[in-house]
Amino acid sequence: MASETETSAGIEDGVRRRDFINIAAVSFAGVGSVAVVLPLVNQMNPSADVLALSSTEIDISAIQPGQSIKTSWRKQPVFVRNLVPAEIAEANKVPLSELRDPETLAERTKVGKENWLITLGVCTHLGCVPLGAAEGEPRGDFGGYFCPCHGSHYDTAARIRKGPAPKNLVVPPYDFTSDTVVTIG
Amino acid sequence: MSFPWANQYQPQHPLMKWLDEKLPMPRLVYNAIGGGYPVPRNLNYFWNFGVLAGAALAIQIITGIVLAMHYAANAGVAFDSVEHIMRDVNAGWFIRYAHMNGASMFFIVVYLHIFRGLYYGSYKAPREMVWLLGVVIFLLMMATAFMGYVLPWGQMSFWGAQVITGFFSAIPVVGEPVRVWLLGGFAPDNAALNRFFSLHYLLPFVIAGVIILHIWALHIPGSSNPTGIEVKDEQDTVPFHPYYTAKDGFGLGIFLLVFVALTFFVPNMLGHADNYIPANPLSTPAHIVPEWYFWPFYAILRAFTFNFLWIDAKLWGVIAMFAAIALLFFLPWLDSSPVKSSNYRPLYRKFFWLLVLDVFILGWCGMSPAEQPYVIMSQLASIYYFAHFLIILPIVSRIERPEPMPNSITEAVLAKHADAASAATA
Amino acid sequence: MVRPLGFLVGLGFIAALVLAILTTPLTNEPNASHEFHKHPKHLKLASDGLVPHWDKAQLQRGMQVYKEVCSACHSLNLVAFRNIQDLGYTEGQVKSFAKSYDNIPSINPDTGEPATRTGLPSDHFPAPYANEVAARAANNNALPPDLSLITKAREGGKDYIYSLLTGFQNPPANLPKELRPGTGLHYNPYFANLNLAMAPPLADGQVTYADGTKATVDQMASDVTAFLVWTAEPKLVKRVQVGWGAFIFLLIFSTLTYLSYRNIWADKEH
Repeated sequence: MASETETSAGIEDGVRRRDFINIAAVSFAGVGSVAVVLPLVNQMNPSADVLALSSTEIDISAIQPGQSIKTSWRKQPVFVRNLVPAEIAEANKVPLSELRDPETLAERTKVGKENWLITLGVCTHLGCVPLGAAEGEPRGDFGGYFCPCHGSHYDTAARIRKGPAPKNLVVPPYDFTSDTVVTIG
Repeated sequence: MSFPWANQYQPQHPLMKWLDEKLPMPRLVYNAIGGGYPVPRNLNYFWNFGVLAGAALAIQIITGIVLAMHYAANAGVAFDSVEHIMRDVNAGWFIRYAHMNGASMFFIVVYLHIFRGLYYGSYKAPREMVWLLGVVIFLLMMATAFMGYVLPWGQMSFWGAQVITGFFSAIPVVGEPVRVWLLGGFAPDNAALNRFFSLHYLLPFVIAGVIILHIWALHIPGSSNPTGIEVKDEQDTVPFHPYYTAKDGFGLGIFLLVFVALTFFVPNMLGHADNYIPANPLSTPAHIVPEWYFWPFYAILRAFTFNFLWIDAKLWGVIAMFAAIALLFFLPWLDSSPVKSSNYRPLYRKFFWLLVLDVFILGWCGMSPAEQPYVIMSQLASIYYFAHFLIILPIVSRIERPEPMPNSITEAVLAKHADAASAATA
Repeated sequence: MVRPLGFLVGLGFIAALVLAILTTPLTNEPNASHEFHKHPKHLKLASDGLVPHWDKAQLQRGMQVYKEVCSACHSLNLVAFRNIQDLGYTEGQVKSFAKSYDNIPSINPDTGEPATRTGLPSDHFPAPYANEVAARAANNNALPPDLSLITKAREGGKDYIYSLLTGFQNPPANLPKELRPGTGLHYNPYFANLNLAMAPPLADGQVTYADGTKATVDQMASDVTAFLVWTAEPKLVKRVQVGWGAFIFLLIFSTLTYLSYRNIWADKEH
């Protein structure tokens, strides 16, 4: 390769070409490592069988006004509550300005089904399960739910009213597939 | 220790200088596998396999940690949890097949590494300790691989565990209690599966530890080389980095090509169909075979069919199988020839290639059913195996007249190039 | 010290082996069934080789054969209804397919008694028998194996399954008496010991394919085998495709590292 007529510029080119190949080889190793790391990271995401359980159907026909049930969706507790008119009225008369996380009951329920309050049973403070869904459990100062861990009180629209929790109980995505069946997720 | 002309680590950046004072880790790496380690300049491609074995272990540990996040070591669900990995876990099929074939790649590379050592006399003084630690790594690998094969809890897993733990029952008096103790039961079941999983997770880290000792011991005399002549001066060596890092990079590329071809195109080629049947303690597969890397030893185990002296055939087989590996510990003293490389040992060289052929025959017999002609082939091949190490090698090293050797590594390199040049002009 | 001891140990092993050779008969016990046993016929499928794809129409036909014929005795435990979206069904079709099963084991929410319900996409194909004992009791003490992994769990793979399904025949006239099928057994030269408990499962026209394909025994056997190749390894096609990407990447990587290696060593004789 080296010839007698090679100029100093030619040598410099040769050096650059060599560097380029070394850099290219190392870059390829880097790209390859990233390509391998991605699936190794992605494997920790929910697997296909977990994702397949992401929607749950609930039969609500047996829930009497004033009652609520605890069910589960994606391995988290879900509260389904059939509100009585007094509870609805109580929730509606609270001015939004008094709320830590301002939302109306109507925003948290479906049109024409305002008596069905469906929320996750996961306290927005640190993830405990609040009380109040089962018969005889304390419902807190505002007649909704009460979290025993750090004393968060939720009202009849499951909005945070007192205690350390920052947000209202989360309303999961759901639809009424019929008058008596709700599909969550 | 290192050669006096080794490059010295000189941190430039203030941060690196600070680190070098507090925790000289970069210095350690620099001296171990960097520019501070002078290596003979004449290593051929067979010297790639040490680094590749390290890469294979790294692949096994990484994929294994990931698999353990999804695998369940319980006899009731182990099989299904592996299939859950194959079907539902994101990229699970890739990780599982990589781990499965990574084990085979590890053994391919280690066998080449071992036979490199046998051909070039790498086990001889001053590198006996390197060799002894290598044999320890090999034993740990075999134990790890065996326990890993049990984890999917298929038919071969179960019956492999049954057969291997059955070895211990060959020991007189204490054998059966030892077997029951190992299994935590009277047959492989939950207890055995759980402890195998625990140990299968632990042992690779023990292997990694012994590898550090192996490399440490290697750095005291420095690497051997194809001539078997020790390094004499600076001319004989090049710094590990960039010379051998570059060569190992290329070796890694070829290794990964083979690995990828196995993993993605024929992932079950080296496995056994019966291991896709869930373990069934009431039905033995027609033909129990271990994984390919155990075939030669399995052939030795089955070659002993005669109750000789006061030892019955089964115990002979078990003893011989362990002896076949244990004798490697004595190799540095069985071979007393001062010449290391077989390139200059005309007689030993012939027997070396005979041993390679012999191990292939043993492997073939280990894979085949216990019928003729495989039984007699395995018996003859086992005779050669033991004769090679215990009888032929000591005699050959005494009577052999080595061929003339160059004075130094550099002389050998220059002579090779002179030959090549004269051949080119002729 | 090592060498003389090693010499003695070596002689010990060799003596034991020589005696073993002298006492082992050189002939095998005759095994007449070998002579009648046949190697599987080759079945060519779209999922074969280095550029595989799924023939979805065939897989759908194969699933129909499984559902209408095989599922009477064989479970498919590892396959969920949601998985059949791979075969080209829409989400809605999967839902109604799952719903067509009303025998998914469940628990009566009021009494706690075992009950059944209709299927959801997340459910797996229900097994025909509650447990192994029930399966054996219904099948003359033979256990119909689960089919999820069958094409990977048998020597010969898909070829074996296809050959077995199409290989039922009358025993040859020269078959020795002890190899003839006993009661409840059926002669099939592709089966390891020639006689198996499964009766010939397929007959011409046994299913009616929606796509008008003629349902010959050979056609149904190929289709259901193709389906079982998919159930055994649903990620097969993806695996080979990803493999090519990795392989080509590494070819370039190896070339670059080789050039880099030659560069770095260019001025060093070795």
